[in-house]
Amino acid sequence: MAVATFEIGFTRFLDRSGEVVQPLPAFASEAKALIPLYRSMTRLRMFDAKAVALQRTGRLGTYAAALGEEAVTIGLASAMAADDVLVPAFRDQGAQLWRGVGLVDILAYWGGDERGSVAGPSEDFPVCVPIGTHFPHAVGVALAIKLRRQSRAVVCIGGDGATSKGDVYEAMNMAGLWQLPVVFVVSNNQWAISVPRQRQTAAATLAQKAIAAGIPGEQVDGNDVIAVRHAVDEALAAARAGRGPRLIEAVTYRLGDHTTSDDATRYRDDATVSTHWAEEPLVRLRRYLTAQGVWTKEDEEAMQVALAAEIEKAVADYLALPPPAPQDMFDHLFAVLPADLKAQRDTLAEEEALHA
Amino acid sequence: MPEVTLVGAVNLALARAMEDDPSVLVLGEDVGVDGGVFRATDGLLGRFGPERVFDTPLAEASIAGMAVGLAAQGFRPVAEIQFSGFIYPAIDQMVNHAARLRNRTRSRLSCPMVLRAPNGGGIRAAEHHSESVEAFFVNIPGLRVVVPSSPAKAYGLLLAAIRDPDPVVFLEPPRLYRALKEEVADDGRALSLDTSFVIREGTDVTLVTWGASVVEAMAAADDLAADGVEAEVIDVACLKPLDMGPILASVERTGRCVIVHEAPLTGAPGAEIAARIAERGLMSLVAPVQRVTGYDTVMPLLRLEKAFIPSTRRVIDAALRTLEYA
Ligand SMILES: Cc1ncc(C[n+]2csc(CCOP(=O)(O)OP(=O)(O)O)c2C)c(N)n1
Ligand SMILES: [Mg+2]
Repeated sequence: MAVATFEIGFTRFLDRSGEVVQPLPAFASEAKALIPLYRSMTRLRMFDAKAVALQRTGRLGTYAAALGEEAVTIGLASAMAADDVLVPAFRDQGAQLWRGVGLVDILAYWGGDERGSVAGPSEDFPVCVPIGTHFPHAVGVALAIKLRRQSRAVVCIGGDGATSKGDVYEAMNMAGLWQLPVVFVVSNNQWAISVPRQRQTAAATLAQKAIAAGIPGEQVDGNDVIAVRHAVDEALAAARAGRGPRLIEAVTYRLGDHTTSDDATRYRDDATVSTHWAEEPLVRLRRYLTAQGVWTKEDEEAMQVALAAEIEKAVADYLALPPPAPQDMFDHLFAVLPADLKAQRDTLAEEEALHA
Repeated sequence: MPEVTLVGAVNLALARAMEDDPSVLVLGEDVGVDGGVFRATDGLLGRFGPERVFDTPLAEASIAGMAVGLAAQGFRPVAEIQFSGFIYPAIDQMVNHAARLRNRTRSRLSCPMVLRAPNGGGIRAAEHHSESVEAFFVNIPGLRVVVPSSPAKAYGLLLAAIRDPDPVVFLEPPRLYRALKEEVADDGRALSLDTSFVIREGTDVTLVTWGASVVEAMAAADDLAADGVEAEVIDVACLKPLDMGPILASVERTGRCVIVHEAPLTGAPGAEIAARIAERGLMSLVAPVQRVTGYDTVMPLLRLEKAFIPSTRRVIDAALRTLEYA
């Protein structure tokens, strides 16, 4: 006698060669409409490459590129309305960029400047480095939205590694219990630094972790931006309509090192990685756009030139950013700086003056 | 004016804050129908409804973490952790998020939340229900840490904590929840979160303390007075940020200082206070600073907790030791 059963679906529209494998959702019915997605994914990839190069030459701090995961981060952001709230992990600069954070802001943050977390939609959370700890924030934000009876929702992103954490489960459980307007997206890039997906959990899918929390879970091809966008679209529509949260596991692959501090050759061989290059998200979309006659070699070249110029400009602006004054570390600790801290700020100022 | 207990004053302050400000929410384990295991939230559900007073699942990290999300949205959540021994998963949220959200977004987002919890022993409770955890929090930049010692302080400080634009950890001594009653005017008046309180004036020795230990410090002062020794008693109450003003001023007059707290000795706020006296008040000392604290032991189960918790006798002895120096 079964007292509960479940099924995890998997959705894909575009296969690795750019062939359509099932009827496309409405937003993708005109191939042209996909060009902004393609452009943003390319922009992210080029920007990431530049950021890694900056780190290698000592001009940026540790950086986590989204190489291979562009369809996840851009796809989910493209489904969001401006007044939805993004609660990102630390590899989600793609979603932030889509939502209006500047290239220069991303560089500023990873270059070690808190001012990089100011721009963008005013309610969006900044990136979250302690893995999975932001899932409860998404619950709080979604609860706030529900209490105010607003028709908007939260998108919260985490990795495959994050799904092993207790706070991630706690958050899904609460979201399910209270039917909150939040969409959890797991970017399953198969790796948590050196630990592969199969050594993270015995669960057959990460999507099914939602089932225990009483919320629907599904898998999508995370290298197919149409699938990601579609799943998040539907989940957001349900969330905004009061039908509760969902978990979307986007199955993808981390093609690069974990971060610039990592050397992935220590734990995986290049041969394995190269098989995954055949799955990557940009090429399949370009093939599709080309086959549909809405994208040409010339378009590609023009876009790359324009993006390169935009990125160069952002890098120049970033490098020209004057460093914050040391006393700035006190300025946003409290709304009003307590006397005890004023004294410490004065000490710092004196030190600075003495050694200026 | 009504006489209320400390837990009654907490309840009064919560109700007042909720009455005054619709963005104040109360959440935690069993805070709804049950009114909290100590009854701190008794009656709030009936008065303010299930959208403003709600039970959460049993998940401390997310109780704090959800409060961060609510606070970032402009609500003023007051989250209860049922017992101090279970607060540790919430520390992750307090240190990594609540305390730094304002700073890391240059004030674009902020976190006006309160995390309430009982703190300390003396109630014959089960294991993990009697620890003093303030030391874990005072080392966190961006947090305020407040420990009330009386009904009036609980009322005024909790109101201040809820109205404060930044996160506050509010640690209530359960030993005092029902130990004493005091007249508290429910006038909505908050106390300052920036001051230490001189609660008894004296000229011979300064007793610096907070929370439940205020009771023993005051009793010791009474006893010492009977022997002609006038102790000044300072209730620090707000451990972070720390107001050393009254402490240094007092030590300047008395030349002697005994610091009393229930938390274990090493790395607790008493060490910070002693260090600051050494930095800024050393020349006024005529005797070494004494500390009367919990030991660096695991908080014993109830049969030995009296031996752990600083007693009036130990405070008197320490004060007398400082008087051995001319
Ligand atoms: C709580 C916590 N533990 C450990 C780390 C160090 N760390 C950073 S990223 C990472 C792996 C994360 O894997 P996953 O969630 O799959 O995200 P991905 O890096 O693949 O995007 C680890 C262990 C951390 N940042 N936070
Ligand atoms: Mg991963």
